[in-house]
Amino acid sequence: MNYLLLATLAMPQWLQKLKSDFILNFVDDDRYMYIVKGLIVTAEVTFFATLLGIVLGALVAIIRSTHDKLAPTMRMGAPKVALKIVNAISQVYLTVIRGTPVVVQLMIAYFIIFVTSNNKVLIAVLAFGFNSGAYVAEIIRSGIMSIDNGQFEAGRSLGFNYAQTMIYIIIPQAFKNVLPALANEFIVLLKETSISGYVGLQDLARGGDVIRSRTYSAFMPLLAVAAIYLIIVMFFSKLVTMLERRLRNSER
Amino acid sequence: MSANNDVIIDVKGLKKYYKGDEIKALDDITTTIKKGEVVAIIGPSGSGKSTFLRSLNLLEVPTDGTILFENTDITSPETNINVLRQKMGMVFQHFNLFPHLSVMDNMTLAPRKLLKMSKDDAEKKAKDLLKMVALEDRARAFPSQLSGGQKQRIAIVRALMMSPDVLLFDEPTSALDPEMVGEVLDVMKKLAQEGMTMAVVTHEMGFAREVASRVIFMENGRIALEGTPEEVFNNPSNERLKTFLAKVL
Ligand SMILES: Nc1ncnc2c1ncn2[C@@H]1O[C@H](COP(=O)(O)OP(=O)(O)O)[C@@H](O)[C@H]1O
Ligand SMILES: [Mg+2]
Repeated sequence: MNYLLLATLAMPQWLQKLKSDFILNFVDDDRYMYIVKGLIVTAEVTFFATLLGIVLGALVAIIRSTHDKLAPTMRMGAPKVALKIVNAISQVYLTVIRGTPVVVQLMIAYFIIFVTSNNKVLIAVLAFGFNSGAYVAEIIRSGIMSIDNGQFEAGRSLGFNYAQTMIYIIIPQAFKNVLPALANEFIVLLKETSISGYVGLQDLARGGDVIRSRTYSAFMPLLAVAAIYLIIVMFFSKLVTMLERRLRNSER
Repeated sequence: MSANNDVIIDVKGLKKYYKGDEIKALDDITTTIKKGEVVAIIGPSGSGKSTFLRSLNLLEVPTDGTILFENTDITSPETNINVLRQKMGMVFQHFNLFPHLSVMDNMTLAPRKLLKMSKDDAEKKAKDLLKMVALEDRARAFPSQLSGGQKQRIAIVRALMMSPDVLLFDEPTSALDPEMVGEVLDVMKKLAQEGMTMAVVTHEMGFAREVASRVIFMENGRIALEGTPEEVFNNPSNERLKTFLAKVL
């Protein structure tokens, strides 16, 4: 009798059950690949949606705060009308996105807006990116608004125009202030992408679910998926905490 | 248009109203500031001193009236105010240094971006100015590492980096601990002696008396009295001015 067999025989029954469950859910038919591939999809969607969200959010934040700051003192004319229009569009965007569940937005994107496209990853990136952009916009806008107006006046009094003042003086300070909040938004987004299965995208959560449906055993695959999310989230939370400490220390 | 080359700022019928015409922050101000003059603007709180000063570089947009800066109407839609502001430095009560930039970068940002000055030239100029205010060793410091008096001296030389034709000060020493007021006033005095044109809103009557070439006493958005320091301080005929001076002196 070899030692391995001995060891197996010596295992308590629950441990043996756990081992066979593990083999059934992850090893047989290479089922672990559902998890691996799902993780890659989740990472892809989260990464590109975050990028889109930040670009879109920054744009909307700048439109909104420019409107609030400049519109009251602008002379009537084409620039003022244009600003009013893009501001109105931004406000509709913020209201609709933040007023409806993200899962419904995802389904509308897939089944209505992009019904002719079959690129599920791209559709998910667009849906989550547009969703995230609304929240990022409010984060960045609050960052811009939190900068003392004296900073703005100091820039303008040196001769910088509005855009230069924003670029060289306001945005760098605002961005530094909201970096932790933006990082948190990334974590929220990562977890939110777990609803991608609603449109048949095989992300991490759906990967676990597929295994469950094949093996009729829910415990292992779902707990494994939960554990992976948790580890990733804890890792990034730790990064955010370190970032916050760094920023506090460099607080000048 | 005034063709007098000695006049740097020419203000006519300047009005600034808030809430329709409920608050008359400035109510028909007419005055001129000539090259090399140091004009001290005094008066009780709420009398419109800041609004007047901030109108001069269009941080406040007047309700009515004209302001000529070097013979250009600053409120005209054809005027590029950003270019004019390069020639009018401003120093604020709360310094408004850029906290994310070092002292050196605070000073060189505007000349490099706006005047396209080279990094070397800008840093050389900054070092000379830092020497003038005895802060040459703080070039690499960040604003939070400076005392109030040091911050204000940096704010002054930051404005000087643009080689302005006039400097506007809005209560430059009001936010300072008493022991730091002197070091800032000394810098301003030195600038005055070098012939810099300045408009200074201040509660420092000693400074106004000693350094100003003209004193403007404001009240309720109007110029209640203006004259040389002797005329204003030595024998105040105006009752309100007497009351005001009794309070601040
Ligand atoms: N943005 C504003 N809205 C309404 N009233 C204002 C505003 N800014 C200034 N005022 C009013 O204008 C008057 C003059 O203010 P200010 O120029 O700051 O006075 P000072 O600098 O002499 O203390 C005050 O009555 C003030 O309340
Ligand atoms: Mg004031």
